[in-house]
Amino acid sequence: MEPVKEISGRAYPFGQKNVDTDVIIPSHWLKTITREGLGKGAFETLRQNPDNLFDSDEFKGSPILVAGDNFGCGSSREHAAWALLDMGIHAVIAPSFSDIFSGNAFKNGILTVVLPQEAIDRLVEVAKTDPIDIDLEAQTVTTPFQDRFTFEIDPFRKHCLMHGLDEVGLTLERGDAISGFEAEVRADRPFLAHGVDLAASA
Amino acid sequence: MANTAPRTLYQKIWDAHVVERRDDGTCLIYIDRHLVHEVTSPQAFEALRLAGRKVRRPDLTLAVPDHNLPTTARRDGEGHRIPIKDAQSAQQLAALERNAPEFGIRYIGDADREQGIVHVVGPEQGFSLPGATIVCGDSHTACHGGLGALAFGIGTSEVEHVLATQTLLLKQSKTMEVRVEGELAPGVSAKDVVLHITGVLGAAGGTGYVIEYTGSAIRSLSIEGRLTVSNMAIEHGARAGLIAPDEKTFAYVKGRPYAPKGEEWDKAVAWWASLATDPGATYDKVVVIDAAAIAPSVTWGTSPEDVVAITGVVPSPDSFADASKRDAAQKSLDYMGLVPGQRLDSVEVQNVFIGSCTNSRIEDLRAAAAVLKGRKKADTVKWAIVVPGSGLVKAQAEAEGLDRIFIEAGLEWREPGCSACLGMNPDKVPAGERCASTSNRNFVGRQGPGARTHLVSPAMAAAAAVTGHLTDVRELV
Ligand code: SF4
Repeated sequence: MEPVKEISGRAYPFGQKNVDTDVIIPSHWLKTITREGLGKGAFETLRQNPDNLFDSDEFKGSPILVAGDNFGCGSSREHAAWALLDMGIHAVIAPSFSDIFSGNAFKNGILTVVLPQEAIDRLVEVAKTDPIDIDLEAQTVTTPFQDRFTFEIDPFRKHCLMHGLDEVGLTLERGDAISGFEAEVRADRPFLAHGVDLAASA
Repeated sequence: MANTAPRTLYQKIWDAHVVERRDDGTCLIYIDRHLVHEVTSPQAFEALRLAGRKVRRPDLTLAVPDHNLPTTARRDGEGHRIPIKDAQSAQQLAALERNAPEFGIRYIGDADREQGIVHVVGPEQGFSLPGATIVCGDSHTACHGGLGALAFGIGTSEVEHVLATQTLLLKQSKTMEVRVEGELAPGVSAKDVVLHITGVLGAAGGTGYVIEYTGSAIRSLSIEGRLTVSNMAIEHGARAGLIAPDEKTFAYVKGRPYAPKGEEWDKAVAWWASLATDPGATYDKVVVIDAAAIAPSVTWGTSPEDVVAITGVVPSPDSFADASKRDAAQKSLDYMGLVPGQRLDSVEVQNVFIGSCTNSRIEDLRAAAAVLKGRKKADTVKWAIVVPGSGLVKAQAEAEGLDRIFIEAGLEWREPGCSACLGMNPDKVPAGERCASTSNRNFVGRQGPGARTHLVSPAMAAAAAVTGHLTDVRELV
């Protein structure tokens, strides 16, 4: 995954509360074989309105979403995170998130920022006309108008995001231990050390 | 590290696969064999591609399509592929066919002789081995535990994790011994044993456990029978099932394409023979079952725990102590169109399915053919199919003339695949109709929307085909 240090740019001044995973990505998109391409289905119902935020020339492709309370509630589908990422969203700011959604978002390198409702109200106002900036290292959200909000984040998640580590990435960091184990197996249980002879079956 | 305390089979396999132990007890466990099919792998491969990652050990990975494949001919007279009508199915199959070679993984194609259901192919190819850790993005992976392997199903994100790292982060399970002692009565098969166990434990009885099946009745089973038993561990809630490897296991594995050879073979047998649970080792729970009490069995409801002997009757919901069970039983009976007190052997079936990773190996087909030989299916049975578990099983059955017995009895002889085990390919049971099925799940809609499934052994399925109703096979032999 790409390391996340700073995310800045325009933000969707969305602000809606209780946005569930069916709103983020309707269930008929779940039969796909890819994670990519789901951006087309993101917020599909809302986007049936021709004047919607997500397709407007001004906001389309914004990296930040400012949302209301309880964002991502509903099912456990990881497709919700895949869909946001596919439409170019790398951070969501809201007063609260469903646990499963924030876990899925984290797994996919999306930063979820929790700020109080007053801060959200202010950011929605600013986002209508101006960009905002999230600095993960400093744990701040700032605007061109000297607003400065600090946020909390689990240190482990921060470390993973800043270094672009997902769960697979973390285990890959243990590559030496895995290689060491494989060497032991080759010595002690050689019959388990090799499976398909790829050259022979090619 | 010397470990002298007596250990169970599960503990020994676990200990031999710990790469690292964390403070909270979570272990990084090495995975020896990874089976991949088309349904749960596309997004895992895609994630690797997006992250620019490789498959760590393509040689420990084997890919084979099974769930979506139609069981009718796959090539026309000129050898061209016959297109698959369902676009979603075709897309999933095409993805695996593309992904496997891209990541350097051996792919057994839809028209290859070795193609079949992953859980039939793994043991048959000697890819699945005793004492190994084996995973697949599929809940019936426990099947391979019949060889004495620690085998279990995983989700798509774990498939990705194994592809990239050849490991999984796991916590140890509790252990349960299910001991089946005594001699099985004539006409009672491995399938009846596991249906009976599921009835005794309940669908959630094994939740949180890895089960080791022990006892003289289990040891008396052939390896194929043991695979049948372990296959359904998940139907009583267990993550995995295990049966200690013994001489029969070694004889089964020997000489298979990917099995160890020469000096390595001797080392392997020595290690496998050391894996059996030590005398004095304890399990977290022990359940003892009297083999003599097991009859040819059949399910009446929509959970695999809804098991009765074929000589029994449909139970009354009132016979269940707890209210949620009564409620569930009533719903099951409504769905199944059965009434309490009805004799199971009076229930008419319109469909018969012999196949699935539970019962599609050569011994299963022999057992069904033994009943069907010289007989004809009842006219009221509209659809009866026999689906071998792999192309090699198919070839073996044809060499033995079993295909002719099936065809002469009026059954269809098909290409290998998951078939009517689940409604993901064209083989479905019509709504409202019944099927005597050798598969492992009788869930609502599993064999197609509205389909009514009765789980039985291959011999019992064959008997139902002959009489047109669920039948005690002992009356026909
Ligand atoms: S035969 Fe049935 S249970 Fe076995 S892998 Fe296929 S769908 Fe799953």
